[in-house]
Amino acid sequence: MKILILGAGQVGSTVAESLVSEANDITVVDFDGEKLRQLQDRLDLRTLAGNATHPTVLEQAGIADADMLLAVTQSDEVNLVACKLAASLYNTPTRIARIRAADYLERPEIFNADNFCVDFSICPEQILTDHIARLIEFPEALQVLIFAGGKVSLVAVRAVEGGPLVGRPLRFLRTDMPKIDTRVAAIFRQDRSIDMDGDTVVQAGDEVFFIAATQHIRTVMLELRHMDTPIKRVMIVGGGNIGRRLAKRLEKEYQVKLIEYDKEASARLAAELTNTLVLNGDGTDEKLMQQEHIGDIDVFCALTNDDENNIMSSLLAKQGGARKVIALINRSAYVGLMHRGSIDIALSPAQVTIGSLLAYVRQGDVEVVHSLRRGAAEALELVAHGDRESSKVVGRRIDAINSPKGATIGAIVRGKEVIIAHHDTVIESDDHIIVFVNDKSMVRKIEKLFQVNLGFF
Amino acid sequence: MQRALTVVHALGLMLVVFSTAYLLPVFVSYLYDDGSMADFIMAMAWTLCIGILMWLSTRRYKGELSIRHGYLLVVGMWTTMPVVATLPLLLMVPGLSFTDAYFEAMSAVTTTGATTLSGLDTLPPAINVWRHELQWLGGLGIIVLAVAILPLLGIGGRQLFKAEMPGPMKNAGLTPRIADTARNLWVVYAVMTIICAFALKWAGMSWLDAVCHAFSTMGLGGFSTHDASVGYFNSELIEFVMIAFMLIAAINFASHFLAWHGKSLRIYRYDTEAHATLGLILASCFGIALFLWWNDVYTEFLTALRHATFNVVSIGASSGFASADYGQWPIFAPLWMLFVGCIAASSGSTGGGIKMIRTMILFKQAGREFLKLLHPAVVDPMKIGGRVVTNNIVFSVLGFIFLYFMTIATLVFVLLISGMDFISAFSAILACINNFGPGLGAVGPSSNYAALNDFQTWVCTFAMLVGRLEIFTVLILFTPHFWRR
Repeated sequence: MKILILGAGQVGSTVAESLVSEANDITVVDFDGEKLRQLQDRLDLRTLAGNATHPTVLEQAGIADADMLLAVTQSDEVNLVACKLAASLYNTPTRIARIRAADYLERPEIFNADNFCVDFSICPEQILTDHIARLIEFPEALQVLIFAGGKVSLVAVRAVEGGPLVGRPLRFLRTDMPKIDTRVAAIFRQDRSIDMDGDTVVQAGDEVFFIAATQHIRTVMLELRHMDTPIKRVMIVGGGNIGRRLAKRLEKEYQVKLIEYDKEASARLAAELTNTLVLNGDGTDEKLMQQEHIGDIDVFCALTNDDENNIMSSLLAKQGGARKVIALINRSAYVGLMHRGSIDIALSPAQVTIGSLLAYVRQGDVEVVHSLRRGAAEALELVAHGDRESSKVVGRRIDAINSPKGATIGAIVRGKEVIIAHHDTVIESDDHIIVFVNDKSMVRKIEKLFQVNLGFF
Repeated sequence: MQRALTVVHALGLMLVVFSTAYLLPVFVSYLYDDGSMADFIMAMAWTLCIGILMWLSTRRYKGELSIRHGYLLVVGMWTTMPVVATLPLLLMVPGLSFTDAYFEAMSAVTTTGATTLSGLDTLPPAINVWRHELQWLGGLGIIVLAVAILPLLGIGGRQLFKAEMPGPMKNAGLTPRIADTARNLWVVYAVMTIICAFALKWAGMSWLDAVCHAFSTMGLGGFSTHDASVGYFNSELIEFVMIAFMLIAAINFASHFLAWHGKSLRIYRYDTEAHATLGLILASCFGIALFLWWNDVYTEFLTALRHATFNVVSIGASSGFASADYGQWPIFAPLWMLFVGCIAASSGSTGGGIKMIRTMILFKQAGREFLKLLHPAVVDPMKIGGRVVTNNIVFSVLGFIFLYFMTIATLVFVLLISGMDFISAFSAILACINNFGPGLGAVGPSSNYAALNDFQTWVCTFAMLVGRLEIFTVLILFTPHFWRR
């Protein structure tokens, strides 16, 4: 696919990186020549320095035969204008814009074909906020990813000594919880995926991915670890786009303290937030943390723009007694470094948000993509179409589907019903199928599997 | 000095316009044939002459008003207008001294409702209409009215508007042009008054009483055409109608304007000041009713509720009608009513006192101090109804409240020196500075201010003016900085 990316910021470059590896032709446009040079050094793509809203620049970048435009610059307005130009001057088939301002997002008519012609709008900050909010709602989980509009969740949880299933084979999951259906999608032991069947014994320290209907995930987690006391107090460091949104989202249900370094920014935050205690100070200032009783904090989130600051303040918070710390870390090298240290969850914004873009780029009817384990694994929600003749999956039992090794069909959503997949479940047309792929190189094969033969049309 | 003459010039023009206000009593005296028409026409002519003289003699100094002369003009208008307004009273009420007449006129325009007259029932109808009309004009503000109808106040108008409009945050930005804002507020005010008059007529008043009481209800004045005030009618329906309109008038007219303009009541949901005003007044009604019933002042709870509600709303909203002699109630009840009257009315309403918004700001400021002690790093802007109130406003409110209490204390001491007893002195000053009228003791609801000597009357007159113009506007004239170039 020929893809034109506007903006070489964090979102732009991560998307570019992810898409290049999937055999797409990528062109990146940005004002900043230096950023582009760095990108080109690393990745096999074309770059162009210039104003992304000028038609000549867009033409040079090859918009005329691009299949997709990804306008992900820092500016909502540039992104909107670029989409409009692409639609009215060049008939670009798919146009995706990054839109941050809630003012725009609340008026969807701005995006329709009569106005700015944006097919899909994404807001990375919002995705990240939702992600963190879910982690706070389910503090025991390492990751909570939702599918089919929230009906099904994929949860990563670390098995802890004392969970009923820990030290026993997986098949006991059935007998322990006869009423609840779930499926373990993968187990990672010492960061490696292990082959599993009903006799695989869960060990303490294993990272277990399971798929279940969203209302059941708490019960399933109880099998693998004891439940923590519910979260009451949250401290956020960094009142940028993410910190602000998160505080706004959480302030009704939790006691939220937000630390922001900039004086004017903290005044603005305090004006906007109604129930949050906004503190003006340095997130790495241990005196401020003590003063605000860091020892009583249930979840500490370091969400500034600065990786090092986030790491340092998280370490301080953990040392000071915060129960669980979450740090936002952009540099992937750091993410790997921190993941099993004293920071409970190291979040890579790029990894969390990239999935929402990938879903549009993928072939076949892909609804949702979640990138897992720093991009090594992936979970997809695909829609099966066709019939027994035209499709390789419809009308077949799961064990009869020729799926590649390492891919697990976890659940099926049929209308409003959630069906946890078993070997004898038969797939029907229009089912939403949630597939866990523990090696990204297999994603292509999965997509092929779900594509409808041409005879269908 | 030249600028002061500019003020006199504008003042002259305002008096000329004000003279048209005599047309209503002239018309009434024609209708009732009460023999006062000649006097009113004479008063009108005098006012017109004085105004024209002031206007013509200072013609050369016509010009834009600076901020400081705006204050001078507002205070000038609020002191000279009662002077000319005393003319019909002096001409028609035998034995009335100028002091008492001026008190009466000032009490009218500041919507205080304290009176030195007795035998109101026997006064010519035109005189009663005149007293009530003054209350109505003073209710939303004579300067606001002048800004609305006098184009010459175009640029300085915003300053004048702010100097007169009550409340710490002036709603001078409802429309792009200040004259439009003033006009719209007056239209809303006038329409409500007309509705109120019809409602009172429907509830059983005569036309004369209905119009007079509509004037004093919407202006939150408190004058009545009867010595027994509203108690004269002894009608639950009339009391109910008046309660409803007093509560409406105690809410910011900017909200009324926006509701009228947007044809929706949604705006009231965001007017947190109005919520606090209504909440405090209605809770007090119920509480005092319970208290009175408990103390066997009234044997039936519903009777207690009826009298408590009318009198608490009346004093709380700072109008000052009475339907019962609440001076006879156990002391907690009337004192609590005075307290509510000090704080309850909304800014931008026709009521007096500290205004609810200032009370809310002070409450929140106290909360901020506590929070600051517990969390030294906290950033906690003052928010009222979700909107940030800047520290400048908070400071000005603190300054206001200091001056307010100092003024009350000083004036109470002055009255005590003059030989008044404490409860009368205290309640008289509170009643005058908050513009609700009747106090307790010698100036309680069953008596009036006629018992005061001349000196005490002047002190109370001053208190009314200072209270209506919210202290700063008046006291600024007494600072040396004001007169320094």
